[in-house]
Amino acid sequence: MKRLLAPLILIAVLLGGWELACRALSVPPYLLPPPSAIAAAFVQSWPLLLASAWATLSTALLALVIASVCACALALAVSLNSLLEDAVRPIAVTLQVTPLVAIAPLVTIWAGIDHPERAVIGLAAVVAFFPIFSGALTGLKAVDPDLARLFDLYGATPLQRLVRLRLPSAVPALLEGHKVATGLAVIGAVVAEFVAGSGGAQGLAWRILEAYNRLQTAKVFAALVTLAVLGVVLHALMERIERRLLDSWKGR
Amino acid sequence: MTPSIASLSGVEVDYDRGRALGPVDLALAPGEIVALVGPSGCGKSTALRLLAGLEQPTRGTVVRAAGKGETSVVFQAPTLAPWLSARDNVALPLELSGLAKKDALAAADEALRKVGLGAALAARPAQLSGGMAMRASLARALVTRPRLLLLDEPFAALDEITRRALADDVLALADELKPAIVFVTHNVEEAVYMAGRVVVMTPGPGRIAGEIAIPGPIVRPPGFRTTEAFRAAAEAVSNLLARATERAA
Repeated sequence: MKRLLAPLILIAVLLGGWELACRALSVPPYLLPPPSAIAAAFVQSWPLLLASAWATLSTALLALVIASVCACALALAVSLNSLLEDAVRPIAVTLQVTPLVAIAPLVTIWAGIDHPERAVIGLAAVVAFFPIFSGALTGLKAVDPDLARLFDLYGATPLQRLVRLRLPSAVPALLEGHKVATGLAVIGAVVAEFVAGSGGAQGLAWRILEAYNRLQTAKVFAALVTLAVLGVVLHALMERIERRLLDSWKGR
Repeated sequence: MTPSIASLSGVEVDYDRGRALGPVDLALAPGEIVALVGPSGCGKSTALRLLAGLEQPTRGTVVRAAGKGETSVVFQAPTLAPWLSARDNVALPLELSGLAKKDALAAADEALRKVGLGAALAARPAQLSGGMAMRASLARALVTRPRLLLLDEPFAALDEITRRALADDVLALADELKPAIVFVTHNVEEAVYMAGRVVVMTPGPGRIAGEIAIPGPIVRPPGFRTTEAFRAAAEAVSNLLARATERAA
């Protein structure tokens, strides 16, 4: 109870101080709106914010699914052939260290100027791809060497080795990769919308841009708070799913 | 002379960092229990992997009369698949060799009952204590009815009471199923208790410093550890080990 109360009290104190400071110093609201103004903006535009949050969330989740399918397939192929791994690794590393915003224009062109939402999904998928790919690859290789020796001893076929040893061994690293990728997919979706977005893709980033262009700073904050809540909830959810699946894998 | 179940002749193993083992000559008679004793890094585990056919020697020949399906290994860690129940773990070797799942599970249940895990068939490795997990590992090794059973310090991670109970269980099962056993350990008393023949190895590169025959039945009678014969054998092995280590130092 105390541990739940402590952060709530701190947040209340900070918000109270913020409110008082804004009033006492008469800070112009376009520079820093008081929390009461942000709450009012939120109340006024919550249906729109909710719809935008859903747009961002569904974009991120769709990107996650696409990234997961591609990353798992590639990791599997690469894990079966070390020559292929040597070939793919430098390309993967190069792509990974290239900033998302730098490839956004290209992806936008390829997705078609009329389909910014496709570009946003594509960019978010690129960001979500790497943690899943490296998690899957690490997992597929993280086989207990003694257990692998037993499979040798029992004369297991390559298919048996894959299905009964390597795939199940990969589960923990795979779950971890997906958890990290989920957070990155949301960030990716927002960043991509900033760079590639337009009226066609109305996620939370678009709400922020729109309010910013009109200097409606309270609305910027309201969208920001929505985004933060979305991120926290999604993270908590993924954490719980990961733990649940890991427990059933370990049999706890 | 009975043909051996597995033998090493003039075997040497080189790793990148130099000679790890050999030259070593060792032959195992069917049903015999041999303990390999030596300091850490003397190549005991390498010798075991050679006998299992999991590794090839750099020089020399390894002859294995026991085929792949007739050899079992128990490692220092239980090495159970965490995602499988105890019975699925034990059934695994049989399933991999093509036995129907139903028959494999029936054999696994029987093997688990034999090692005293009849009440934990559905348990996952994470739910088993160290001793129970080791028993499950032993059941997995025995479920294929091997002619050659290789034990690589299987009790090293267990407490003294568990380790003694497990030693007696292994001997009882050995007496029933009669596999040839190679038991790697660095515990002299355990070696003398388990084996009919204790082979002492030198520090790396491991060679055979000598061997001592241990009298007595496979299943040790109560109080065997306090007998004169046991103490004499343990002292002889200790002396041999001390001399082998000294010479190398």
